[in-house]
Amino acid sequence: MTSNPLRKLIFDEKIRSVWIQALVIGLFAFLVYTVSQTTAYNLEKRGIGTGFEFLHMSAGYDISFSLIDFTSKDTHLKAYFVGVLNTLLVSISGIFLATILGFLVGVIRLSSNWLFRNIAYVYVEFTRNVPVLLQIILWYSILIHLPKVKQAVQFLEFFYLTNRGLYSPSPIFLQGFGFVLWSFIFALVFTFFLKRYLKKKQETTGKQYPIFYINSAIIIFTPILMFYIMGMPIEFSHPVIKGFNFQGGMVLRPEFMGMLLGLSIYTAAFISETVRSGIMAVSKGQREASQALGLKNNFIMRLIIIPQALRVIIPPLTSQYLNLTKKLIIRNSNRLFRFSSWLWWYFFKSNW
Amino acid sequence: MSSAVINNPLLRSKTGIWLKKNLFSSWLNTFITLVSIYFIWQVGSFFLSWAIFDADFLVNFRGEVILDRTYCSKNIEPGLHGACWAIIDARFYQFMYGFYPAEEVWRVNLTFLLLPLALIGIFFDKLPYRKFFIYFTFIFPFIAYYLLYGGPTLSQVGTNKWGGLLVTLFLGVTGIGLAFPLSILLALGRRSQMPIISSMCVIFIEFIRGVPLITLLFTANVMLPLFLPDGISPDNLLRALVAVTLFQSAYMAEAIRGGLQAIPRGQVEAARSMGLTYWQSTRKIILPQALRISIPPIVNTSIGLFKDTSLVLIIGLFDLLGIGRAALADMSWIKLYYEVYVFVSLVFFIFCFAMSRYSLYLEKKLKTDNSQ
Repeated sequence: MTSNPLRKLIFDEKIRSVWIQALVIGLFAFLVYTVSQTTAYNLEKRGIGTGFEFLHMSAGYDISFSLIDFTSKDTHLKAYFVGVLNTLLVSISGIFLATILGFLVGVIRLSSNWLFRNIAYVYVEFTRNVPVLLQIILWYSILIHLPKVKQAVQFLEFFYLTNRGLYSPSPIFLQGFGFVLWSFIFALVFTFFLKRYLKKKQETTGKQYPIFYINSAIIIFTPILMFYIMGMPIEFSHPVIKGFNFQGGMVLRPEFMGMLLGLSIYTAAFISETVRSGIMAVSKGQREASQALGLKNNFIMRLIIIPQALRVIIPPLTSQYLNLTKKLIIRNSNRLFRFSSWLWWYFFKSNW
Repeated sequence: MSSAVINNPLLRSKTGIWLKKNLFSSWLNTFITLVSIYFIWQVGSFFLSWAIFDADFLVNFRGEVILDRTYCSKNIEPGLHGACWAIIDARFYQFMYGFYPAEEVWRVNLTFLLLPLALIGIFFDKLPYRKFFIYFTFIFPFIAYYLLYGGPTLSQVGTNKWGGLLVTLFLGVTGIGLAFPLSILLALGRRSQMPIISSMCVIFIEFIRGVPLITLLFTANVMLPLFLPDGISPDNLLRALVAVTLFQSAYMAEAIRGGLQAIPRGQVEAARSMGLTYWQSTRKIILPQALRISIPPIVNTSIGLFKDTSLVLIIGLFDLLGIGRAALADMSWIKLYYEVYVFVSLVFFIFCFAMSRYSLYLEKKLKTDNSQ
């Protein structure tokens, strides 16, 4: 070992890491300093102010779809809030749709039927390998070229499909509907405790109860019973053509539906792949062992395969959910639902 | 089983057994097969008649050459619904090269031809004379820059003239190529023993991964000119390239980190006890093994990036999709949405599908290699 301090500076790992890190910090600080200096200079030269005062100024634009009241005179802050709400709405409904479709397709891809399995395969490959922006635009252009309001496609009696969106009846909740909701929540809580009680009883006595059927019956029938007791406290407002547009009911705009369809069909393809790999990750021996124990087919699925598959599926599934939410920003966040706004802006900029 | 069934030569043939096993194994399966056939027939006949049998390619049903949308069969006869592919033909040049000057277009064609030569050496490790292909890979960026942008003896073509597949491929290939070395540094930094360096890498990676690509594109587009001193103002394409590279490097770094973590600790310790320095052991022992494992996830993130390059349309660049939108804005071809979108989708599909097949092939190969 040499005691030359200069050699130590290079060859002693501890000392070396100290000066390397000091150097990195120094460089980084220098970079931040110069960049912030030039930025400040550039901003001043171009007369751009900084700060968050703009949040309290009036927004000056409309948002065509909003869950809370919003006019163009409201502040940017409120517009931003509307955007966040809209993002949440689309992401939650998109996650819901994508999960259902994804699990369905994932299971179909494991079907023993060659043809059925390959239809799902073609779907997955075609949606996975095409940009989601393109798919959203494609859905959007299909939706806005549906028939006009006058020639609306009517289905299921009260639903109308037009180029202005899907018109459907909207429910109006009358007094007493709260009780129905409360009875539903009560039924949920009750079944939770009932399940625990019956499980315990099964463990001590060995007698099996059809827990699933009992609980589903309770959850379904309690609110229905309450609904009739309260005298059916719900009415529907049906969309009716008046003049050039529909009156009453509610409408899902093509912007909303295009976004939802594009995103959830795209994400479902990825979810189906995670579901498939999750189920395939459960080793074959697990199924054979449970068959050898004499378990019925649906018990094998419910008690053996699915719990193990879910452990593999859930981590990538959550990252798919995050991806879906991040992709949502494809629409300029605070002008969400003015899908084409940036496209138009872009066409006006280009002069052909 | 009756003897008639057993002796039936059709059922005993290989095809017969396959059909029985895969399509008609039970009543339910037979039903599903029939429903599937009906579904395929419906969708397939609809799509094929639209895209091929009833479609106009260059001439309409009267035999006239299609010059604009009014010549399309579906715009002459209300009963006809076939696609009108003439728009793709009319705009093909722009779909490929954007607004690149026609007399200089051989330069782009040459670059497109050289690109597979530059990539083939990376993709297939059993290639004869692979070394020379790899050398070519390293000089290819300079050749491509010289050919596309111009320089001595070649006239300069500004990036604002680039478009279509050229921009899509440029952003995809260059973004991935530049992100690769950066991501190796980030992955190594993240696993470094030095707390400040590793935390800086973690913050960078997690920050980029937590932000959508569009936000980065917007930020790069608006903020980059502000960050740089007077006189240096990168053009739109370069700004997008910066955003794409940073984005991709964060995702690739995570893929490579996975590979690094899969290397047993003994490898590092053995290398260090042989007296190799950190960089020697990393370069000769750790990275070759780690990169081999992490190629499939790298290819997967690259597919994602290649698809996401379509987002540059938002900051006003004409990539493949942007050119498609521009073609639709032209009054003489307006309203031929599906033709344009289906064509653009097909081009993206071909590239991404090829990449995903390649990644599958690699995964299979790695599996067999490891089990030896």
